[in-house]
Amino acid sequence: MSSQPSPDGAHSPRPVRKPGSQIIVDTLIEQGVEVMFGYLGGVVLPLFDKLYDAPIRFIIPRHEQGGCHMADAYARATGKVGVVIATSGPGATNLTTGLATAMMDSTPLVALTGQVRTELIGNDAFQEADTTGITRPITKHNVIVKDPRDLARTIREAFYIARTGRPGPVLIDLPVDIQLAETEVTPFEEICLPGYKLREKGHGRQISLAAEAINESQRPLIYAGGGVILSNAAMELRALAEKANLPVTMTLMGLGCYDQARPESLDMLGMHGTAYANYAVQKCDLIISVGARFDDRVTGKLKTFAPQAKILHIDIDPASISKNVHVDIPVVGDAKVILAELSNAVEYRPRQEWFAEIAAWKAKHPLRYDTKADIVKPQFVIEELWRQTQGAATIVTGVGQHQMWTAQFYRFNRPRQFITSGGLGTMGFGLPAAIGAQVACPDALVVDIDGDSSFNMTLTELSTAVMYELPIKVCLLNNGHMGMVRQWQELFYGKRYSCSSLKNPDFANLARAFGAVGYSVDRKDQVAGTIEKMLAETRPCVVDFKVDPAENVWPMVPAGKGLHEMDGLDAYELA
Amino acid sequence: MKHIISALVQNQPGVLAHVAGMFAARAFNIDSLAVGRTEDPTLSRMTIVVVGDDRVVEQVRKQLGKIISVVKVQDFVGQDAVARDLMLISVCTPPEKRPEILALIEMFNAKVVDIGPKFVMVEVSGPENKIEAFIDACRPYGVRNVVRTGTVAMARYSRSQNS
Repeated sequence: MSSQPSPDGAHSPRPVRKPGSQIIVDTLIEQGVEVMFGYLGGVVLPLFDKLYDAPIRFIIPRHEQGGCHMADAYARATGKVGVVIATSGPGATNLTTGLATAMMDSTPLVALTGQVRTELIGNDAFQEADTTGITRPITKHNVIVKDPRDLARTIREAFYIARTGRPGPVLIDLPVDIQLAETEVTPFEEICLPGYKLREKGHGRQISLAAEAINESQRPLIYAGGGVILSNAAMELRALAEKANLPVTMTLMGLGCYDQARPESLDMLGMHGTAYANYAVQKCDLIISVGARFDDRVTGKLKTFAPQAKILHIDIDPASISKNVHVDIPVVGDAKVILAELSNAVEYRPRQEWFAEIAAWKAKHPLRYDTKADIVKPQFVIEELWRQTQGAATIVTGVGQHQMWTAQFYRFNRPRQFITSGGLGTMGFGLPAAIGAQVACPDALVVDIDGDSSFNMTLTELSTAVMYELPIKVCLLNNGHMGMVRQWQELFYGKRYSCSSLKNPDFANLARAFGAVGYSVDRKDQVAGTIEKMLAETRPCVVDFKVDPAENVWPMVPAGKGLHEMDGLDAYELA
Repeated sequence: MKHIISALVQNQPGVLAHVAGMFAARAFNIDSLAVGRTEDPTLSRMTIVVVGDDRVVEQVRKQLGKIISVVKVQDFVGQDAVARDLMLISVCTPPEKRPEILALIEMFNAKVVDIGPKFVMVEVSGPENKIEAFIDACRPYGVRNVVRTGTVAMARYSRSQNS
């Protein structure tokens, strides 16, 4: 154990031997890791000892869930693989919410967990949990390393699996004795995964069928999802929409992939989407789905979804195709490659009638809210933030009403600008995600638009933001309730508000106690000025906006209804 | 409809849990599951019988394919394949019925593998309906115990494919 590893194997007669923990750190550096998130514990101490000297920035959250969301948001903001470490047992189980969040939104992530010594596994040792067993359904892949010679190869494979195909989290479980064992450094081998086949280039015949369908369509509609962002295909999408003259609607995860200031953008579709997007879905004769998966929050009642449309589906995951909706023209492959080829094959069509119909819906049913109310309306705060930031901030959210209002009223114009937990709907995602995004983009303005209940779940991470001097901003839309739950109780449970209101702390004072800046806003006339002060802050800053507790998200397609059966279209007409 | 799906998997710990877990998580029903090694020690073969309509089975196939340690997935529906079950069955043999039972065993091309004063253990292999028929034929004498492997299957040599 005491022999000094030689810095360069070429001059050494014997092969270089290193402890497993050093091999792990060396391989992480080789994979381009610059930042890691995670929490210490007994069985990851060998690893942290080697990280002490490594050129890797390390961010310690206050809870492993926070660390996992940070790594997730770091990956979403940059497109790089996020890396998180946790110890065995409770450290690993605390990662699970973060892993499931990353899995549902296809974020490239590598999680390293410590494990008890190999010979203790299965003995109910202290801080032992069956980590690979627990995380199997919430990771793209996971593996426990039981031979130190497998370490480097396993880590390389993990990064490769995490970032390629449909990205996702990969977990590597590392027993402490494997981290400590000295072993020969194995040379780099080509990655060989016989069960992992990538289909990146779309099938030529399917692409020409797709182009034909687009050229023939009178009323086409692009339905773009998070896959466009994951594949860095926003430019190719724009090129296709312009060349063939196509309107574009986006899923929650897709927001940012198409500039919402452009006239052909129909903004978000689905349960809380715009009326014009939902009507367009129901009336179109061709849906061009790119990197989206026909989630129930998007389709509403499946039987009445897009009844007149042929469905063209571009996705890298063959299992997403015809899972919920029968697809007429599937194209499996990378959106970037396929959209570029498709652009070459499509022709311009004027489609004046179709665009006129869409324009009429837009004129009749714009997103709106009660702008004249005296009370602070949450939508007003978001619009004001959008105005003062000129629509350029990186926006992060928790989950609930505030998330939907953000999706509706902050108008996005670039990919990776909007970071939110779409698939799993993880409350508490906002604050740690803002930290991860700020670490990833130190010069960006990162604003977490959060709800009071979501914020309560992970607010301890304010301490992390203060410790690392990350100038994140938190706009708390505080309605004293679990707002979305309250809305459903009002609409579907006879206004019986069972367990959905909270007694909150004084968030501004709490922020100050953490060493951050805190403001409170009760009146509408304070909103603009406080946002201005917040934006000028160089320290982490929380603004507690006391907003209308009775405000609902409109429009709304009630669960189980068709997309055309929206409620609340006239909710503000009298206002 | 019953589909026999054959999955070639890497012979690694956790693969069976992964496959079985995926079926449970996605609410697919497994009718039977047989696992064994192949001629290549790094690979195992899982034969899974699934009941479902074409859309469900298509999802099963795709979801299996997504598991990194699953190398290849094949659905034998619409293919000429040989499917076999193996069963050990213990049948009550009152002395006066023995000749009858032995005749039955011969008829089914089955084999006596153990014999006791009151019971006989029989090994039967064949397509599933033959196995079911043998159980039914034994019922009047009394069936003490049944152990079955689940279906295994292999595609027949096809001239059109290999010409």
